[in-house]
Amino acid sequence: MNDLLQIRGLCTEFRTEDGLVRAVDGVSWQVNPGRTLGIVGESGCGKSVSALSVMGLIPKPSGEIVGGQVWFKGQDLLKLTERQIREIRGNEIAMIFQEPMTSLNPVFTVGNQIVEAIKLHQKLRTRDAWDLAVESLQRVGVPSAAERVYAYPHQLSGGMRQRVMIAMALSCHPAVLIADEPTTALDVTIQAQILELLRRLQAGERMALVLITHDLAVIAQIAHTVAVMYASRIVEYTSVEALFDQPLHPYTQGLFRSLPRLGQKKRRLDAIGGTVPNPLAFPSGCKFHPRCPLGCDDKRCQSVEPNLRLIRPGHVLACFKAAGYEDSPPCDIPTQAPTEVSNG
Amino acid sequence: MAKADGHILRVQGLKTYFPIRRGVFSRIRGWVRAVDGVDLDIPRGQTVGLVGESGCGKTTLGRTLLRLIPATAGTAWFEDELIFSANRRRMRQLRRQMQIIFQDPVGSLNPRMTVQTIVGEPLKVHGLAHGRALRQRVVNLLEQVGLSPGYLNRYPHEFSGGQRQRIGIARALALEPKFIICDEPVSALDVSIQSQILNLLADLQDALGLSYLFIAHNLAVVEHFCGEVAVMYLGQIVERAGSEDLYRNPVHPYTKTLLSAVPIPDPRTKTACQAPVGDVSDTSGPFTGCPFHPRCSLAQDQCRQECPQLREIGPGHFVACWRTE
Repeated sequence: MNDLLQIRGLCTEFRTEDGLVRAVDGVSWQVNPGRTLGIVGESGCGKSVSALSVMGLIPKPSGEIVGGQVWFKGQDLLKLTERQIREIRGNEIAMIFQEPMTSLNPVFTVGNQIVEAIKLHQKLRTRDAWDLAVESLQRVGVPSAAERVYAYPHQLSGGMRQRVMIAMALSCHPAVLIADEPTTALDVTIQAQILELLRRLQAGERMALVLITHDLAVIAQIAHTVAVMYASRIVEYTSVEALFDQPLHPYTQGLFRSLPRLGQKKRRLDAIGGTVPNPLAFPSGCKFHPRCPLGCDDKRCQSVEPNLRLIRPGHVLACFKAAGYEDSPPCDIPTQAPTEVSNG
Repeated sequence: MAKADGHILRVQGLKTYFPIRRGVFSRIRGWVRAVDGVDLDIPRGQTVGLVGESGCGKTTLGRTLLRLIPATAGTAWFEDELIFSANRRRMRQLRRQMQIIFQDPVGSLNPRMTVQTIVGEPLKVHGLAHGRALRQRVVNLLEQVGLSPGYLNRYPHEFSGGQRQRIGIARALALEPKFIICDEPVSALDVSIQSQILNLLADLQDALGLSYLFIAHNLAVVEHFCGEVAVMYLGQIVERAGSEDLYRNPVHPYTKTLLSAVPIPDPRTKTACQAPVGDVSDTSGPFTGCPFHPRCSLAQDQCRQECPQLREIGPGHFVACWRTE
C-alpha cells in the first residue's frame, strides 16, 4: 500500500429498535499527503459514519464494522487492538467535529484540554505541554493566545472554539485530519477564515485532509478529489474539476442544479423531487431511482444496484444510464489522474 | 409620518434592548443592544431579505415585530395599525395576519401533537373552525404545502426535516395571514430539500399574495428569493438596496466582506475573501461611532466617533457609512 490512508469495501451497521441499518455499504476511498478528499452527501447518507469507522469511534455494541479494511501506513486499523488504535487516533489521525461547543468540555479551560490531548500522546512535562498549547493556538490564528489558554469554552465565539478544536487536533502534527462539517455551524466570514486556515496548514505541513460536508461550494474551494455519497454508498468519485465540469450521476447533477449561486437571477430553483430515503427501508435496485429523472421507469434501475465502474480515466460512477457504463471495468477508487475535460 | 403608506409593514427607529443583570439584587448593569434603531419598509406582496451574521439581531428584530419580545423604543405600523400600542384584543386580531416560520422544524413542533392538532390549533385558538370543518381546513392546508392528507394522525418525529418544515408552513398559513416572517426557514435542511421549500414559499406567495420578511445568513439564497435586501450588523441596518443592485454594486465595507466570503462553487475560482479581522464584537459595552469600525479597514477618526445614518446614494439604495460621502 503506497497510499497514506485507504479504506476498502467498508461496511458499518447499526442495530436500532426498528431494525438493522447499514449506514456505510461497501465504501472505498483514499487520501494522500498534501491532498484533500471531499466527501459530499446529505444528512444520513453515511459520510460521517465512514469517518468514525476509520477512527474506531463507532459506538458499541449498537454499531459494528462488518466488513472492509482501513489501511493506514501499511497496516489494517481494523485488526489492531484498542490500545494500538489509541496510539494512532488523535496522534496520527485526528478529527474535528461540526459543533465546537459540544466537543469541548465546558468545565475545563481550553488550555487544559489541549494539554490533556498533548500529554496523552507525547511524553512532555506539563510546562512544556502548556507552551506547546499556546504555540498551537497561535498557529491557528487565535489572537493573544497566551491569555486565551485560560479561557473557558463559553467565553469564546464559535469561530474561536472551532480554532481551538483545530489547534487541539493539530497539536500532535497528525498525518491525516478528518474534518466533519467544520464550518457548517459558522458564519460565512468565519467559514472563509477557517477554510483559509485549513488550506494554509495543509500546504505547510503536507497533511492529508478528509473534509466531510454537504456544501458543494466548500468542496470546490478546498478539495482535490470528491466522493459523492447517497444512501450509504459512493455513487460518484473523481477529481474536483471533473466533477464540477461534468457531473455524471443524476443525483450529483440534481445537486448542482438545486444550488443557489450568487449572481444567478432565478426565482424558482430546480429541485430534486422526493425525500432522502429512510435507511430502514431503502428502495430496491439503485437507491436513487425513485427520485431519478432517468431511471424511475427502468426495470434494471429498479431491481439491480449498479456498482462503481471506471467510466473515464480518473472518474468512477455507479449509474446504468451513463454512456459507456456497460463497457467500463469495475473500479472503486479512481487512481489514475483524470484527463482534462474539454470545455463545451 | 403617518401609517404604513401602502406598505404592509413600516418600522421606524425600532430598538430592542436586553438588560444585563448582575449581583445579589440582580440590578441592571448594562444593556445588550440587540436591535438598535432600525427603519424598514416591506412592500405589499413582496419579499424583503434580512441578512447578517449570528448575533446581529436579525431574529430579535423578527420576534419584536410579532411582539414575542417587547420593543424598547420605536414604532411599527402593520397596514394602518400600530403594532406596539395595540391592546390584547387588537393584538389577537393582528396576530392572525402576521405569522412566523421558524428555523428549527424539530424544536418548533410539539412532539406530542399529531399533525392535525398542530396545524389546526391556530384555527381552534381563534375559534375559526371546529369539528368536520376544522378537519377539512387542515386537509386543504396540507395539500397546499404538498403533504398527503393521509398524514393527519402522524406525529412530527415520523417526518423528515423538509416535511416538518412543510408542517410549520401549513400552521403559519392556517389563519390566512398577509405577512409571514421566515426566520432561516431552510438553513437546517438538506441541499436537495432546501430548493423544494424555497419553491413552495415562492408559489404560495404568488397564489396568496403574501409578503415575507426573509431572515437568512445564506446570501446566495437571499439574492434569488428577495426583491430587496437589508444587511444588518450589530443591531443596525448598514445597507439596504434592491437585491440585484446590492449584489452587483455593494457599497458598505461590511456588505463587500460578506459577499466576498461566500464560497464560489467553482474549483478554478478561489474565493478571495477580504475576511474582516476578528469576530462580531460585543454590543453590551459602551461604544461610539460606526458599529463596524473595529473590523473595518477603511475606518477613520470620524468612524470611531459618530455613528453614520442610512443615506440614499442611488435610487432605492441606502448605505450607512462615512467613507461613502
